[in-house]
Amino acid sequence: MNENYSVPAVALVVVATVLVGAFGLRISRTTSDFYVASRTVGPRLNAAAISGEYLSAASFLGIAGLVLVQGPDMLWYPVGYTAGYLVLLLFVAAPLRRSGAYTLPDFAEARLGSQAVRRLAGAFVVGVGWLYLLPQLQGAGLTLAVLTDAPDWFGGVLVAVVVVATVAAGGMRSITFVQAFQYGLKLTALLVPAVFLVLAWQSHGAPRDAFDEPPTFREQRLVQVDSTLDLRLSRPLTVTATGTVDGRRYEDARVRLPQGAHHIESGTRLTFGRGDPVPAADRGSSSAMSTSLAAGREERPLYATYGLILATFLGTMGLPHVVVRFYTSPHGVAARRTTVAVLGLIGAFYLLPPVYGALGRMYAPELSLTGDADAAVLLLPDRMIGGAGADLLGALVAGGAFAAFLSTASGLTMAVAGVLTQDVLPSRGVRHFRLGTVLAMAVPLAASVLVGGLPVADAVGLAFAVSASSFCPLLVLGIWWRRLTPPGAAAGMLGGGGAALVAVGATMAGYPGTTGSLHALLAWPALWSVPLGFVTMVLVSLATATRVPAGTAAILARFHLPEELTDGQVRAAVSGTSGAAAGAKESEL
Amino acid sequence: MPQDPTERRVVVTGVPRRTLPHTRLRSRGRYPQTSGYYRPRTEIDEQTTLGHTYVRSLMRSQLRVALVVFAVLVLLVGPLPLVFAATPDGATLEWAVLGFCLYPPLVLLARWYVRRAERNEKDFVRLVEDR
Repeated sequence: MNENYSVPAVALVVVATVLVGAFGLRISRTTSDFYVASRTVGPRLNAAAISGEYLSAASFLGIAGLVLVQGPDMLWYPVGYTAGYLVLLLFVAAPLRRSGAYTLPDFAEARLGSQAVRRLAGAFVVGVGWLYLLPQLQGAGLTLAVLTDAPDWFGGVLVAVVVVATVAAGGMRSITFVQAFQYGLKLTALLVPAVFLVLAWQSHGAPRDAFDEPPTFREQRLVQVDSTLDLRLSRPLTVTATGTVDGRRYEDARVRLPQGAHHIESGTRLTFGRGDPVPAADRGSSSAMSTSLAAGREERPLYATYGLILATFLGTMGLPHVVVRFYTSPHGVAARRTTVAVLGLIGAFYLLPPVYGALGRMYAPELSLTGDADAAVLLLPDRMIGGAGADLLGALVAGGAFAAFLSTASGLTMAVAGVLTQDVLPSRGVRHFRLGTVLAMAVPLAASVLVGGLPVADAVGLAFAVSASSFCPLLVLGIWWRRLTPPGAAAGMLGGGGAALVAVGATMAGYPGTTGSLHALLAWPALWSVPLGFVTMVLVSLATATRVPAGTAAILARFHLPEELTDGQVRAAVSGTSGAAAGAKESEL
Repeated sequence: MPQDPTERRVVVTGVPRRTLPHTRLRSRGRYPQTSGYYRPRTEIDEQTTLGHTYVRSLMRSQLRVALVVFAVLVLLVGPLPLVFAATPDGATLEWAVLGFCLYPPLVLLARWYVRRAERNEKDFVRLVEDR
């Protein structure tokens, strides 16, 4: 890959982000308040901003990589990310805006009037935020490692430093038009190269073997195996090998591999011939990015697919950086219309990653062996077109990828830092907010350097599972059910979300192996943890019926009544929004 | 009270009265904690009950629309993994459906929901303010 164009493109995005962050400090002070500015934000601009923040590394790189390795089952990810917004619209959007809550802990406190539930919600915001930040940093590391010879950790550190600097300085997230611009940048960075790639595909005679199972090599291809792996062959295959295969050294020799598993040492180079099927690769769960939690298509149980669907459909509403954005809509009706526009925008964006995944299966199938499948989007222009044009397209993609890391990571850092500042660190104020920012980023950065292992989209899937099992019950029952009590909410979040969190932790730590039904249960917890969360919340609430908060009826009235009936009240609530929310705004701007 | 109850989308149970419900609602609905913004207006239990009945009816109609759309979504998406697993040429179908075909219905469902939800609210406002 030529780095002459890509490195300047990445540098440009980074510098622009820093500059905007610096100016953001000034702008957000002169407009006095996030909320005041939001009064002028129309649904369309706001929707572009939400989409810009939402489309993360997982969307930009991860989906194409997963589709390349595992086939079309992985297209459930983009469908789930989009449908999650529909579910959010149905049950949460307008009431959440009318609640005046700025963050999920604010919502918990406003609805239940309990500091304990507030703290618990805050803890989950931090947990989900960290889980979601991890793949952003990993994706950044991968991108830079592919583009340049930088070590794997460098990109993650770069994103971490830039994000901490901008968020601590002024918070770029509060500037709507920047996020809207990020959406445009990301869409362009995928759309323009995709057009050229599809044209190139056409000029190659529009081969249709992307949909073959398994994919095959289109031409003779030399594959360098960077980390030790096991190949599974469904039929015998002859390759040219230099290195160690099944414990034997070869030096540029033809090797006939019988059907079954073969152990390839790292550093081995294999040459596959034209038309050879791409073998499936098994890897230890802790080594490389692109091994998914669920193995190949035939072994991927329906259970995992349904777990993924449930997690993404219900988890979107609990993502910390998604909820905050609803506060920028002027009223509940606008919040609804904004959500519809977001659906359209991210739906349009998600038409593109499958294109890259399909082309990647044809033109770069060996990525599933080298463990860099997430880099497919970055490598395809070079692979399919070549020359200076490909370098320019590659630079565009690289810039877009960095925009994705930076915008999502800063939104998440902001949300996590806000919670840490308000509910964990001893006193509020700008200095503590800056300390909170550093803390918010330090933990996932350390984890990404130490743990490494998870593929980008899978790690995001785990964050969705935790969010779906903790915040989805809290929001849905909090908005629609009068008999929710603080103990019920706490028990439900702990029961559902806590169980999902433990399952996620066990999976990340490599327990219990990578096969078996117990592994599947822990790797895709949503199918049991979401019902667990709901049932626990309902049952404990019913058991503690005497502790329904006194003002529940009035609060629910405010959630659901149109603003024209509650106008004066809304204004009052805005200037006073549960004290803590106002404090959040002040400390953040 | 409307002359023709069938015109109303919102079912109201409870004795209608001349007092304006929305002024009751207005004076309420703050957090009990933020007493600084609390209007010191005594609330008569009777009127509170009426206000709650209105809110309940609005909530019920909104929840009904949401559940209908959600049910359509579940029926649309729920069987798909089984269909893909059962069809012999499932992979190609999966590419087509998940790659392209599922997004337009999602947007259409969202738009339909928003129209219904806004109509519910408009009807509710008319109902409350007509008198």
